[in-house]
Amino acid sequence: MFKALRLEEIYEKMVSSEEYKTGGWRTFKPVFDKEKCIDCGSCWIYCPENSIIKKGKADYDVDLEFCKGCGICANECPTEAIKMVLEEK
Amino acid sequence: MEVAADIPSYVKCRKVCKAKLSANRCFKFRKLLKKVSEEELFSKGHRACSGCGAALALRLALKAAGKNVIVVQPTGCMEVVSTPYPETSWKVPYIHVAFENAAAVASGVEAALKALGKKDRVKVLAIGGDGGTVDIGFQALSGMLERGHDVVYICYDNEAYMNTGVQRSGSTPLGAATTTSPAGKVSFGEDRPKKDMPRIVAAHNIPYVATASVAFPLDYMEKVRKALEVKGPAYIHVLAPCPPGWGYDSAKTIELARLAVDTGMWILYEIENGKERITYKPTVKKPVEEYLRAQKRFRHLSKDIIQRIQEEIDKRWKEIFES
Repeated sequence: MFKALRLEEIYEKMVSSEEYKTGGWRTFKPVFDKEKCIDCGSCWIYCPENSIIKKGKADYDVDLEFCKGCGICANECPTEAIKMVLEEK
Repeated sequence: MEVAADIPSYVKCRKVCKAKLSANRCFKFRKLLKKVSEEELFSKGHRACSGCGAALALRLALKAAGKNVIVVQPTGCMEVVSTPYPETSWKVPYIHVAFENAAAVASGVEAALKALGKKDRVKVLAIGGDGGTVDIGFQALSGMLERGHDVVYICYDNEAYMNTGVQRSGSTPLGAATTTSPAGKVSFGEDRPKKDMPRIVAAHNIPYVATASVAFPLDYMEKVRKALEVKGPAYIHVLAPCPPGWGYDSAKTIELARLAVDTGMWILYEIENGKERITYKPTVKKPVEEYLRAQKRFRHLSKDIIQRIQEEIDKRWKEIFES
């Protein structure tokens, strides 16, 4: 049977897309080498998933719950401080 | 055209830096990047393909715009990936409308803000794909520009209807193979050149028109900021590579976007109150073949078609950089 939805009911269900973890899409994961990092921020600015976390000076990490493993960060890193490695689950 | 001198961009760093460091090692680039807002208004967990250039374009645009904006979006890739009910990736007010009328609805939102007396505090941002801007949404956009609403329209250009599975659009470049312009024995792919949308928009005599690329984030964000400041309509056309549609490895999104600019396929400029200036001039002009060969959609092209594309680029290059 057809049931009319009230607007409130629709809004109640609304959540942020952060509820959906896209990390499962990944095949390769980025691994950071802090020794080589020059703190340019390229990986952070170029990440389409905004899953690169700034932890401190020359210290970046990845949010593996959301990283889709595209490899842009590794490709753009000027010092090759990021490597994409096959993830074994 | 005049080459810009005062835009603080990634671009300029490359020119200043004589130590032959790659651009992102440049001290100035790093310093400017530190000033970029860390607030993320486009949430994680959106369903864009890995390595999506358009998702990055949205993220950067919202970083530059801040949270006092209302986003209007027509149907397209970015609408589908960011709003799968009951989830949303937007942390700002958002309206999704039909494919053809994003600009018309944005005009209405702007008029409502004006009536409520909130226009100084809240800006309206319309973000459409190339299909929703260049083809289907064109008359609504033209009307909005003509009426002079204070709206910033951003078109993320992935050069075909990627959401429905790569059909050609008015923005598809010459020679590209799509499902509706397939390459084979009788056809070499898309047989018409790309529609020069920024020029068409500029012909409406609006205060601000710019082209941008996701490979030049600081330049792009500066343009978004400028467009929001301008009173009256503003338009930004940003090139956003699409890994599944163009056919390349998802890690190469930024590399390809940069290559498009370095070969002259895409030129970064802005037109402010009728005054044109180039915001980036490539130091070395690369042959277009390098850009074409990196993508599956151009892989079938024969030498003479590539020659034809190169000649057209050379002509345009001469008009813009050497006049």
